[in-house]
Amino acid sequence: MSMYTETIMWHNQSGHNKRPLEGATHVERGNNPNCGDDLSLEVTLENGVIKDAAFSGSGCAISQASISIMIDLIKDKAVMDAKKICDAYLSMVKGESVSEEMVDALEDAQIFEGLSKMPARVKCGTLGWHCLKTVINQL
Amino acid sequence: MTTMNHKGDFPIYETHPGMVYLDHAATSHKPDIVTRRTESYYKTSNSSPHRGAYLLSVKSTELYDRGRKEVLDFLGADERYSTVFTKNATEALNLIAQTHVMENVKAGDEICVSIDAHHSVIVPLQLVAKRKGAILKYLYLDRTGTFENDAITAKTKILALPWISNGLGKIHDVKALLKRAHDVGAVVILDGAQAIGHIPIDFAELDVDFFTFSGHKMYAPQGIGGLVAKKELLEAMPPFLTGGDMIEYVTEQTTTYAGVPERFEAGTQNVAGVVGLMAAIDYIKSYGLTKIHEHEMALTSYALEKLKALPFIEIYGPEDISKRGALITFNVEGIHPHDVASLLDEKWVSIRAGHHCTQPLMKHLELSASCRVSYGFYNTIEDIDKFVDAVKYAREVFGYVDVY
Ligand SMILES: Cc1ncc(COP(=O)(O)O)c(C=O)c1O
Repeated sequence: MSMYTETIMWHNQSGHNKRPLEGATHVERGNNPNCGDDLSLEVTLENGVIKDAAFSGSGCAISQASISIMIDLIKDKAVMDAKKICDAYLSMVKGESVSEEMVDALEDAQIFEGLSKMPARVKCGTLGWHCLKTVINQL
Repeated sequence: MTTMNHKGDFPIYETHPGMVYLDHAATSHKPDIVTRRTESYYKTSNSSPHRGAYLLSVKSTELYDRGRKEVLDFLGADERYSTVFTKNATEALNLIAQTHVMENVKAGDEICVSIDAHHSVIVPLQLVAKRKGAILKYLYLDRTGTFENDAITAKTKILALPWISNGLGKIHDVKALLKRAHDVGAVVILDGAQAIGHIPIDFAELDVDFFTFSGHKMYAPQGIGGLVAKKELLEAMPPFLTGGDMIEYVTEQTTTYAGVPERFEAGTQNVAGVVGLMAAIDYIKSYGLTKIHEHEMALTSYALEKLKALPFIEIYGPEDISKRGALITFNVEGIHPHDVASLLDEKWVSIRAGHHCTQPLMKHLELSASCRVSYGFYNTIEDIDKFVDAVKYAREVFGYVDVY
């Protein structure tokens, strides 16, 4: 099955999460020197809740769609819930088993399950998620 | 236009008949003769070379030593040269850096490297330059593969460059560069990894110092490669890896070393690899490099024509097709190279995307990545057509409506 589904192409092209974030409380830059993906995740945290998030930079469709889908998922969520989603996603793309409940929580991000069979692209599809993990781990 | 089709020589196409393999520059597929002879070695002659007095050891020693001679003949190198086997070009390049370069370069000396050199050329020389306080300088190239400066000076002790650049496809004017370097007394490390098996090579017309190659990029098995060098250079070099086979006498505190080339081959060697390498040389000779090169040039010219007809493609490397090896690097407007490669894979077209182990070149050309198609004797015009169709498909997926 193609990784380049409508959802991924839509996120890659819509750009609704690719914007400057005024008053961001956390910024984390991630890059893959191998292919030149270079994305920054910006997050506004308020009382342990992700009030807003956005990204900037450049990268392939997989890296941009994946960070954009992630942003839609984590917005308005408590940091602890975002962390659970993030861990589940990273397990899924490594081909590890993820509970049904967490698979449901991944919503659109489930599309990236196929990355577990595309070792050359895993780094693209996890770039934004690693930025999120770093932000959360620093709290 | 070429109508040649030699896929039948390559068993991989029996397993994957629909595959369009265009990543030959990374590694080649193996003709039947190579897999058969390698298997036959293990069935009929397997033994430890250089160590036993018995029949099979003598046989495997003979095969191994014959390999050196066949490599020399294949390159037109006379008795002034010797072959040293390694596991690949990378090991050969490290060997040269750690022995010849380490021994001969002093603080303040210059090592000159062509910016399109592979990481396996650059990194070992960087290490030596740092250790010795030597200065690493670059010959820069633009996106068409034209040199932008001349960094060779009276202080240059080493010039290192690829014969054919795996990032731009440029065939360098090796004869002129060898002369330029020799005029200032420099020794040249010529990385032949993308040249061997693609273009006719004749050392008799050149004055080569060091030449390195990998068998697996020229139809031979993975795990065998080597360097061909002037004996006078090898004689003056200290050992690289040490241990069994490369010694003369070992006492508790000291060792004397074997002569050239054995001094540079420590431990039990890859005889099956050498057998496979000889089979690959036989395969290449059975068609002849002139014919192979003509076929690959025809593919280059056809692919360039098809790609140039697409306004959304940017092509790198020389305009002059006679200066091009069997590969083309390019970018597709609006699609990241890694997405291009993944979308082509959906159509069973295998290409490479990324920096091709030439990050300094990419940085200099201000490219973050590129796509690369590369081909060998088994590729066909039909492969190029399928590749171009797959590129058009990639544009469609990305929502472009192209009119051709
Ligand atoms: C020009 C060039 N030099 C050196 C190498 C290194 O070859 P290997 O990885 O077989 O050692 C390669 C291939 O990767 C190459 O394209």
